[in-house]
Amino acid sequence: MRHLMRPLDFSVEELDRLFELAEDIEKNPEKYAHACEGKKLATCFYEPSTRTRLSFEAAMLNLGGKVLGFSDANSSSAAKGESVSDTIRVISCFADICAIRHPKEGAPMVAASLSSIPVINAGDGGHQHPTQTLTDLLTIRAIKGRLDNFTIGLCGDLKFGRTVHSLINALVRYDNINFVFISPDELKIPEYIIEMLRERNIPFRETRKLEEVMPELDILYMTRVQKERFFNEEDYVRLKDYYILNKEKMKLAKDDMIVLHPLPRVNEISVEVDNDPRAVYFRQVQYGVYVRMALLLTLLEIKV
Amino acid sequence: MLNVGKIEEGFVLDHIKAGKSLSIYKHLGLDKLDCTVAIIKNARSEKMEKKDILKVECDINTLNLDILSFIDHNITVNVIKNSEIVQKLPLSLPKEIKNVLKCKNPRCITSIEQELPHIFVLTDEKKEIYRCKYCEEKYSDTDLL
Repeated sequence: MRHLMRPLDFSVEELDRLFELAEDIEKNPEKYAHACEGKKLATCFYEPSTRTRLSFEAAMLNLGGKVLGFSDANSSSAAKGESVSDTIRVISCFADICAIRHPKEGAPMVAASLSSIPVINAGDGGHQHPTQTLTDLLTIRAIKGRLDNFTIGLCGDLKFGRTVHSLINALVRYDNINFVFISPDELKIPEYIIEMLRERNIPFRETRKLEEVMPELDILYMTRVQKERFFNEEDYVRLKDYYILNKEKMKLAKDDMIVLHPLPRVNEISVEVDNDPRAVYFRQVQYGVYVRMALLLTLLEIKV
Repeated sequence: MLNVGKIEEGFVLDHIKAGKSLSIYKHLGLDKLDCTVAIIKNARSEKMEKKDILKVECDINTLNLDILSFIDHNITVNVIKNSEIVQKLPLSLPKEIKNVLKCKNPRCITSIEQELPHIFVLTDEKKEIYRCKYCEEKYSDTDLL
């Protein structure tokens, strides 16, 4: 029995198989419509995350399975003081697989160590969110047709954004990836990631200006610059507009460049960009469902 | 120079970094043993200039080598029988240590679930880096229980 705790739990070869399955699901959804009949997914969400939870539930429903669960700690036995260790042993009696989100880092790991069913980490605090990384990788692979040989720009909050860190760690396993980090000085990529890239001789550059690098990019991964990360309002106001992606900036980009965003978007991508065929962030959400379907089938060891 | 006599049976921890012996005494739980323990601080050493030595007159099996290796794997462990060194035990970094360090990350699940064991895993042997099994927080010197 396997669990998914971290984005790098699967080898590159295992990811290839997972993505092939997800792409087959995209092409032939009817073939998989009854694959999980009689199976139940428990979504144990100790903190609200509507999109991730609904994505998991949609994935199971698309496979013909059923879902049960709770969507915040107050409506679960955690409010009565039950430990994650006890909850997972109880849930193991109700469901065949479990997706767990918890504000405390490592909570899904505790669950997995005691569970008799596969456990998926659906986000634990600022620590890991592996299915977001799988979603990002599948989106790139499905639209660009490859996971190697490209220049990717990561823009916005590169200091605290865990999706960005996970994606970098996942991409360094592929050949010939060139990273461009676009952020204000206050939100630069952490030193340990820079060190890792240097050690592996992976090309990267850092810049504060998005316009400068737009023409080079094959992929632009946007994130939100959060107001609460700044020490003062002035800095925030000064910097936030650097990173608003609008039609003007899109004019500088290649015709086949794609824009990804883990969502929710606030104002960092102007709505006028939404109709640009290169803006794929809503398709990315759809790929999130496909990759979760493939993940459920893989962890449940169901072959179609 | 101060002389501390030989022990008949037990073990001697030699080449302890000067000043570290009391911390090792505590973490090995030697204070709980009902046997003779000699703590020698700042002994002269050719190799280290100054070193600490612990002489413990009890069975070697009472010694937790994992904890000792974690604290300092350059310490020499001499097993003594009939006042002679009969064995030198090599120390190597343990792959995993349980309930020796406490995870200090306030966002870690161990901060709210008290009954969980605090487990740290060796993630980089070269750099001697340990990380919390749950939240992957790096060990730092202040984390010893």
